[in-house]
Amino acid sequence: MSDIKIKRRKKSKSVYAPTPKLSKEEIHTLAILVNNEPGVLARVIGLFSGRGYNIESLTVAEINNIEHLSRITIVCSGTPEVIEQIKLQLDRLIPVLEVSDLTIECEHVERELALIKVVCTGDKRIEALRCADIFRARVVDSTLESFVFEITGTTDKVDAFINLMSPLGLVDVSRTGIAAISRGKKAIGSF
Amino acid sequence: MTTTSTSSKAKKSDSIIAKIKPSKKNKAQEISGAEMVIKALIEQGVDTIFGYPGGAVLPIYDALFQQDKIKHVLVRQEGGALHAAEGYARSTGKVGCAIVTSGPGATNAVTGLADAMLDSIPLVCITGQVPTFLIGTDAFQEADTVGITRPCTKHNFLIKDPNKLSSAIHESFHIARSGRPGPVVIDIPKDVQFAQGKYINAEKAEMHSHYQPDISPDSDLIESAVELMAGAKRPIFHIGGGVINSGEVASTALYELVQKTGFPITSTLMGLGAYPASDKQWLGMLGMHGTYEANWAMHDCDVMICIGARFDDRVTGRTDKFSPNSKIIHVDIDASSINKNITVDIPIVADSKHAIKAMLDIWNKKGYKADHLALDNWWQQIDIWRAKNCLAYKKDNKIIKPQYALERLRHFMQQDKRECYITTEVGQHQMWAAQFLSFDKPKRWLTSGGLGTMGYGLPAAIGAQMAHPDALVIDVAGEASIQMNIQELATAIQYRLPVKVFIMNNQWMGMVRQWQELLHGERYSETYSEALPDFVKLVEAYGGVGLRAQTVDELDDVIQKMMSNDKLTVVDVMVAQTENCFPMIPSGKAHNEMILSPEAEAFDKTLV
Ligand SMILES: Cc1cc2nc3c(=O)[nH]c(=O)nc-3n(C[C@H](O)[C@H](O)[C@H](O)COP(=O)(O)OP(=O)(O)OC[C@H]3O[C@@H](n4cnc5c(N)ncnc54)[C@H](O)[C@@H]3O)c2cc1C
Ligand SMILES: Cc1ncc(C[n+]2csc(CCOP(=O)(O)OP(=O)(O)O)c2C)c(N)n1
Repeated sequence: MSDIKIKRRKKSKSVYAPTPKLSKEEIHTLAILVNNEPGVLARVIGLFSGRGYNIESLTVAEINNIEHLSRITIVCSGTPEVIEQIKLQLDRLIPVLEVSDLTIECEHVERELALIKVVCTGDKRIEALRCADIFRARVVDSTLESFVFEITGTTDKVDAFINLMSPLGLVDVSRTGIAAISRGKKAIGSF
Repeated sequence: MTTTSTSSKAKKSDSIIAKIKPSKKNKAQEISGAEMVIKALIEQGVDTIFGYPGGAVLPIYDALFQQDKIKHVLVRQEGGALHAAEGYARSTGKVGCAIVTSGPGATNAVTGLADAMLDSIPLVCITGQVPTFLIGTDAFQEADTVGITRPCTKHNFLIKDPNKLSSAIHESFHIARSGRPGPVVIDIPKDVQFAQGKYINAEKAEMHSHYQPDISPDSDLIESAVELMAGAKRPIFHIGGGVINSGEVASTALYELVQKTGFPITSTLMGLGAYPASDKQWLGMLGMHGTYEANWAMHDCDVMICIGARFDDRVTGRTDKFSPNSKIIHVDIDASSINKNITVDIPIVADSKHAIKAMLDIWNKKGYKADHLALDNWWQQIDIWRAKNCLAYKKDNKIIKPQYALERLRHFMQQDKRECYITTEVGQHQMWAAQFLSFDKPKRWLTSGGLGTMGYGLPAAIGAQMAHPDALVIDVAGEASIQMNIQELATAIQYRLPVKVFIMNNQWMGMVRQWQELLHGERYSETYSEALPDFVKLVEAYGGVGLRAQTVDELDDVIQKMMSNDKLTVVDVMVAQTENCFPMIPSGKAHNEMILSPEAEAFDKTLV
């Protein structure tokens, strides 16, 4: 169409927003009770990835097979504001029945189970068994050159055991992630 | 920070899913899935559905053909169906309804779903799916619809059992309209549409029964809020789309509260019309393109009463400099909207209408009076800001300024006896429409705020006109946006909808051009349309009326002709090409750092 004439102006400095300052990150353990229906885990995980929240660990299993309820335990990190949002956003999902922040709402216990495979012979084999004994890890499988240990405990304890095994022939680790429950009488389950 | 983890749900203990099992299997009572869809929609009060057929919804279309309670509006692209349903929903307060086929039908619907999600519009969208036994096989027109739409819907369902279909439809309507409204998708495989099953009535439907969002406010919080309001020296009401979502009652109560307190009031783009713009306490819209007085009052206030607004970044500007000296009361039905972007002092999780009524109640009961002396000073300050005349622009005798075009449109709208509904596309014209047209009633202003979807306006106007056949429905458009859903002109013709499309043609993607001019060193990368259709001939080809205004002299006549004819009409208004929309808060700046148009700046004789 017609010719466009535009006056040139002086170049302006960028006025886009600086990235806002953030407060310190915390780690919280959340227990989430959900209807065990197709897609429910995808909704929960999608919320974290879609909004850029961090998941450190996640475990899920059905805990009530009559009403089909599952309990998801999520360890997540973020600023206190972000953690507050995570809880409110989770609560907004239709199949989510209850969200509890175990880290702030109550004292609680956290446990993790790991299966750890070590391949070794001779002295190392004896040393591996000795360490397992100290950590109360059980042998759940063994061949002449290998062990599978089962260990239950806090994440720190499991980490420490794995570190010990590493020079002794550690080849494989499978961890469940954290299961957590409040101390005392308070409950969020449905029994 | 005040925590807001008030659960929107009843506790688990009283939320066992109601299991209603049909007592006896009675084959005779069974109907097909497709018939159930229609029956459930009718039971939910649906009278109009916007859609587009295809293989995976053939059985439902067959059932639609054999009934006469629901009117189907055939759009020309599924995106149009979703926006039309949005227009229908926003202009009536009812749930909008759409139906599309699997695969490309569903993916075309995604933009409309995302739009409704951000703007809190209640929608139910039925999507066809390939038969259950083909799901996961890369079947013809298969798409993972629930996967794709999960993040852009409030909830979605894939129904594999015909006996669960009617419950899911009833629940979809419940979810779409309760709490913070939003879109719900029901994905129905074709074999489920054919299969026989038992129909369940709405009141017996099996639902996630815990989803009953809290709607009544905590009375202690309301008391502290009202006490804070009564002691305020520089108060302001800041309202949003959540007042409109709450229904006319909320607007009426709000008017009473604002009158009683004498406080100034501003609103977001989405809240326009919830409070009458003709009232003297109204300061105009706030935010990026809001008025000088509204933004300064937000910046300088000491008590802010925010109701049903979500502190979007277009509203707050730079958050660390947002309203630095105020105590904030925030009412929102969605706890996650509170303390999300802005930390507030009194968080109230409630439906606007209940919260406003409770505030009024306490204000009256306790005999509170506003601090009149302080309020007078505050109004004096506001009047100084108003005197800045921030929307002033340089008039021209020949070239039509976009602002002038809208002033003339407003003039003729005000003379018109019909109810008037305005929809918009996205861009400068949208902001000018927000600034220059005035809305005195809720649900008359339909715009895509959160997603900013170009192409929203025309289908939304179609939806609004379907719901209000006698009203005057005008889409204020830009020449770039209108082309994104221009095919819907044919829909308007087919249903004889006298929709008006008022194109403000500046040949540029004006809003983007403005940012390039002001923020990107005037490097106009790909924002000029070298080729544009002749919109007059185009609409004539569709069977409507085309008009053009090239100069100021032609404008009034063209607007009058547009208003007086009863056909689909497209008006091509050739406006000044490089006009900028002011005021403007560049993103990342504070409310008190807004740029005014040079003309508006010149108006000021006393300030700065
Ligand atoms: C080009 C462009 C420029 C824009 N410029 C501006 C601008 O200058 N100023 C501006 O304001 N906007 C502007 N917007 C729009 C902006 O992006 C947001 O869409 C808008 O500000 C959001 O409005 P809102 O806060 O009222 O929230 P909405 O999106 O309407 O959300 C409503 C809020 O109310 C809550 N709610 C819902 N129902 C209820 C109920 N019954 N009771 C209580 N609460 C309820 C919801 O949970 C939500 O938090 C612009 C958009 C575009 C495309
Ligand atoms: C679907 C979509 N694509 C791109 C954008 C980015 N965008 C925002 S405004 C705009 C230009 C709109 O031009 P026009 O419709 O002519 O309106 P004007 O700003 O000139 O009034 C663009 C490209 C958008 N909002 N939506």
